[in-house]
Amino acid sequence: MEKRMNASLQRPEIKLQSLKEDIKEFFKISGWEKKLQNAVYSELSVFPLPSHPAAPPEHLKEPLVYMRKAQGSWEKRILKSLNSMCTELSIPLARKRPVGEQKELLNKWNEMGTDEPDLSLFRPVYAPKDFLEVLINLRNPNYENGDSLSFRTHLGLIQVPLKVKDIPELKEFFVELGLTTGQLGIDDSTQVPPELFENEHVRIGQKVLAEQDSAAAQQYIRQGSPTALRAELWALILNISSQPEDILYYEQLKTNVIQHDLLVDSLIYKDVKLTASNDDYYFVFEDYLYQVLLCFSRDTSVLGHFAYNSASPPKSYIRGKLGLEEYAVFYPPNGVIPFHGFSMYVAPLCFLYHEPSKLYQIFREMYVRFFFRLHSISSHPSGIVSLCLLFETLLQTYLPQLFYHLREIGAQPLRISFKWMVRAFSGYLATDQLLLLWDRILGYNSLEILAVLAAAVFAFRAVNLMEVTSLAAAEAVLADLSTLKVMPLLQIFLFATVT
Amino acid sequence: MSRVSVPCHVKGTVALQVGDVRTSQGRPGVLVIDVTFPSVAPFELQEIMFKNYYTAFLSIRVRQHTSTHTPPKWVTCLRDYCLMPDPHSEEGAQEYISLFKHQMLCDMAKVLELRLILRQPSPLWVSFTVEELQIYQQGPKSPSMTFPKWLSHPVPCEQPAPLIEGLPDPSRVSSEVQQMWALTEMIRASHTSTRIGRFDVDGCYDLNLLSYT
Repeated sequence: MEKRMNASLQRPEIKLQSLKEDIKEFFKISGWEKKLQNAVYSELSVFPLPSHPAAPPEHLKEPLVYMRKAQGSWEKRILKSLNSMCTELSIPLARKRPVGEQKELLNKWNEMGTDEPDLSLFRPVYAPKDFLEVLINLRNPNYENGDSLSFRTHLGLIQVPLKVKDIPELKEFFVELGLTTGQLGIDDSTQVPPELFENEHVRIGQKVLAEQDSAAAQQYIRQGSPTALRAELWALILNISSQPEDILYYEQLKTNVIQHDLLVDSLIYKDVKLTASNDDYYFVFEDYLYQVLLCFSRDTSVLGHFAYNSASPPKSYIRGKLGLEEYAVFYPPNGVIPFHGFSMYVAPLCFLYHEPSKLYQIFREMYVRFFFRLHSISSHPSGIVSLCLLFETLLQTYLPQLFYHLREIGAQPLRISFKWMVRAFSGYLATDQLLLLWDRILGYNSLEILAVLAAAVFAFRAVNLMEVTSLAAAEAVLADLSTLKVMPLLQIFLFATVT
Repeated sequence: MSRVSVPCHVKGTVALQVGDVRTSQGRPGVLVIDVTFPSVAPFELQEIMFKNYYTAFLSIRVRQHTSTHTPPKWVTCLRDYCLMPDPHSEEGAQEYISLFKHQMLCDMAKVLELRLILRQPSPLWVSFTVEELQIYQQGPKSPSMTFPKWLSHPVPCEQPAPLIEGLPDPSRVSSEVQQMWALTEMIRASHTSTRIGRFDVDGCYDLNLLSYT
């Protein structure tokens, strides 16, 4: 922006007296006003509201003390697990690659998938079900959890009384998903003539893109995004534009990957091999996944999001300088330790973006806006604890018989739906359906739709679920979600179920 | 506006309860906290700040110094201020709150004592209170500076010297130069805050094990 401004200032018709007005005019004409607006809008969406001046920084990360403590203990467990893996396998946390190895890696940068390193000794640091156990044991010490069943007892697995929306509030929040509003995912099916909704919606989408307005795009995408416009719309909403500096930054990260080998890299390799490579839809993108995730773990700009994330980045010291603050570093450089299934956050994006640096930027922005909330303990309405409680509450309130039956047979519904929500349904839904779902995550700037969809899936298969008699059988009924159509399910559950 | 903390003495909380016996079924839903200011003269209250701990509603009563010889009476200055929108859930339960003079129902000119009445109607919580209570009064006004005489009494404008032919108007030139100088100063002062993104220390990233603190 500065460069453009300087260029415009060279023009002779600019006079000093009217400099302020001329700059404003220049902004409007050249489209920089829009860019500024988009940038401000993006900051407002990501950062929490300014808090009370006396509130310490931990309060901004997470206001409830017992949740901060729980997150701290969980992190300690993860660090212990990583440290013990390090000592057991005698592999250093980080190692500078010798020059020969660097050259080799640079040569096969675009086909790291062909590598078959021995990963048998590595195991993921944790899996979603380990995290679920931690959430189940989360307790507020000031909350009266009586021994006997009373109105205070939560019938589900989550035992903390966070505020979650009920269906009337969800109807208001998701008003654009209502029965009388056109949706992509419903009103673009083959039986519906495109003149009724689809054509007009595409036309509006093109107009929104031409205007380059983030806020308008976010509002527009609540009704779904046409496939052809999706990549640009997401980039507009996330305020990503590929500038030369961004491409350079990505190249710098690539250099970091080549120079240093991290233990975390093996975890990433293992995760990709175990999850995305085995998936029918995503195995073709295996190489892209390495290119994104390895660079992601070197990216120190991600450390900024820990200001509003209840988690904290793991810390260490340079060997021999234990305790000296000048030699304190974060590990991995971006502070995020991947868990089993982490690569599934990136995989669906590979359908939209083929240029590695753009794919990288989009993933990074999606992570620091949304995905981090799915694996840290916090009281935020889009945090995984609230999503679990929202799911259980919706199920109990609107399908009480089903909930009671599943509970009686030892199949607490959250045990089945947790893995869907932690992965934002990636790898469980068909990709076109998943992208329609993620459209709404962006449109509403909230992950609550994941909990609503999970409840809607249970409602859809309620008849079969009422007949099962064990957790394994319930899992079998809900094992395959690949045929589900997301938008009709959501619409029926929110707007067409008799309450 | 500057503010100054007023040292206060917070007495222990007193629970208001029906009946004498404290059974496990019924916990007090109303607590009263008295705040006195033993070492300070009656002052004008500016702000009350505290950290909430599961209190749902707050009322404040104040006793003020009166000039007449009548004993000072308790007056309600804040009635049922809602701290937790849903008393049964965690929303607002541990937030930092500030209450200002303009939110009070009465004038807070000569405060002697405060009484905070905390209410938590939900039986779900084991205890409730407010923590880190701090009272502020108005700080001293910034001292008036004496301006140098020539600023406050500018010399009347002299007759400008007649313009020499061909040269631009000096006042115009000086204003333009001033603006240019301001721009250059701004550019010099602003330095980029973009990080370089180094994660190692002098090229070395050879780590110990991870720390637990």
